[in-house]
Amino acid sequence: MIEGRVFKFGDHIDTDLIIPARYLNTSDPAELAKHCLEDADPSFAKEVRPGDVIVAGVNFGCGSSREHAPLAIKAAGVACVVAQSFARIFYRNAFNIGLPLLECPDAPRIPAGSRVRVDLQSGRIEVLDTGEVFTARPIPPFMQEIIAAGGLIPYVEKRLKTR
Amino acid sequence: MGQTIAEKILSQAAGRQVQAGEIVVARVDQVMAQDGTAPLAIQVFRQMGGKNPFDPKRVNLVIDHSAPSPTESISNLHKMMREFAWEHGCHLYDVGDGVCHQVMVESGRVGPGCVVVGADSHTCTYGALGAFATGVGSTDLAAALISGRLWFKVPETIKVVCHGPLPPGVFAKDLILYLIGRFTADGATYKAVEYTGSAIKELSMEGRFTVANMAVEMGAKVGLMEVDEKTWEWLREHGGGEFTAFSSDPDAVYAKVVEFDLTSISPQVACPHRVDNVSPVEKVAGTKIDQAFIGTCTNGRLEDLRVAAQILAGRKIHPRVRLVVAPASRKVYLQAMREGILATLVEAGAAVVTPGCGPCVGTHNGVPADGEVVVSTANRNFKGRMGNAKAEIYLASPATVAASAIAGEITDPRPFLK
Repeated sequence: MIEGRVFKFGDHIDTDLIIPARYLNTSDPAELAKHCLEDADPSFAKEVRPGDVIVAGVNFGCGSSREHAPLAIKAAGVACVVAQSFARIFYRNAFNIGLPLLECPDAPRIPAGSRVRVDLQSGRIEVLDTGEVFTARPIPPFMQEIIAAGGLIPYVEKRLKTR
Repeated sequence: MGQTIAEKILSQAAGRQVQAGEIVVARVDQVMAQDGTAPLAIQVFRQMGGKNPFDPKRVNLVIDHSAPSPTESISNLHKMMREFAWEHGCHLYDVGDGVCHQVMVESGRVGPGCVVVGADSHTCTYGALGAFATGVGSTDLAAALISGRLWFKVPETIKVVCHGPLPPGVFAKDLILYLIGRFTADGATYKAVEYTGSAIKELSMEGRFTVANMAVEMGAKVGLMEVDEKTWEWLREHGGGEFTAFSSDPDAVYAKVVEFDLTSISPQVACPHRVDNVSPVEKVAGTKIDQAFIGTCTNGRLEDLRVAAQILAGRKIHPRVRLVVAPASRKVYLQAMREGILATLVEAGAAVVTPGCGPCVGTHNGVPADGEVVVSTANRNFKGRMGNAKAEIYLASPATVAASAIAGEITDPRPFLK
């Protein structure tokens, strides 16, 4: 179960905003995390804490195929991203590196700064202060296994071992 | 049941008949990564226990995003790519060879019916050659590098019928910006786009690459075109091998079919900070600019430089404007030299930089200052894209960018072309 504070962003948050190309001189997740979303919200990287949740509108992660984008978000401590919709390449990359994403049509109504409890299995998102509940599409079981393993690489390793 | 081009290519690559919605594991014909994404892919390849790429002759590593290297850390990433390519015998395109998508379409190894994955979102460019080509992240790329295979969800197709001819002074870039403005940035998410109609057929291969290149700006997985005599001629000129072309069946099932009349559109401009924030040039003409940029995988090809030279010949750029030009590849650079295009551009005041992506992605070679305005032939105008979140980027055709560089403000190029 995920519990954390909500950081809100708008529609079409692109991968250049998530991690500008000028920082692709490293693939060290901790370095990338320092600059995560800095052009959208300069204080985000400093304020985000492990377990926090990003909530956004449509087409989150559009643009470049850089896997550094979900890596930066994950390394910043974000436990999951809830958005109305995600761009295609980002969606695949995020699960591959073990960052869970939830599609929730009502995401824009989740209050900024609120504390939420998120159940990835059911897609239930509860705002703790008010008790209001939002519903996201549950993550398919196969992708939940990838997330539980920590990404595609550990998932494949685990599968190979249990063969 | 009839099949679309996307379904046919994936059927062949999966070795069975497939249709939209199915998950398939498909054979991959070519794999590509650039210096922004290859280092992470190589790292993942090793973590996955990868020893050798499935077929080094199908692996292409391109140093283009920061080429030549502007910093020590990037130099070390380049070194890692070179050593990997040399060790395994992969195709290496080094500093000065060009932008990954241009070198790939010039390679003769990408053609009709191919499945190509590239760790760069604009890999969809090769759809103009009838290839199912799509951008992936570094982990997916590493998996393809090891196995020569990757899983795909067979996409539904949106058929986009473009009725031409385009009016004089209106180019492939204007066509695709117009479409993106109508579709919006997520209008084709997870879909294949099949471009057809007289306006597409009339385009040169170079123009078709421009249109296919920007399919991802409406969220599409691939931007496919039917193969015709122009496609085969391009492949012959570039030493292309044997390929099998596919076209959609008359009874193929589409998610939707959309028709556009492009016979009376104006040159188009995408305004900050969204590619789908598109206006006809008349609406934004007069916007003061500080920098103009001609280049990229969208518009750094020969005909792009030719039209810029036609407009700039015998003229000077505005004294308060910088014009940066990056030919898309070494081949383009050389031909532009031979034709005198570069002399014309440099005499007009342009700064020509090494073929590569630097200005477009903001790694080097023309980062704008705070508050500055850039008009560019690139494919993205996101906040911070060119390296400064306090700058504004407008996207337009090479003709519009060249005319704007002269006027010092966004300008309709048509009077310059008469």
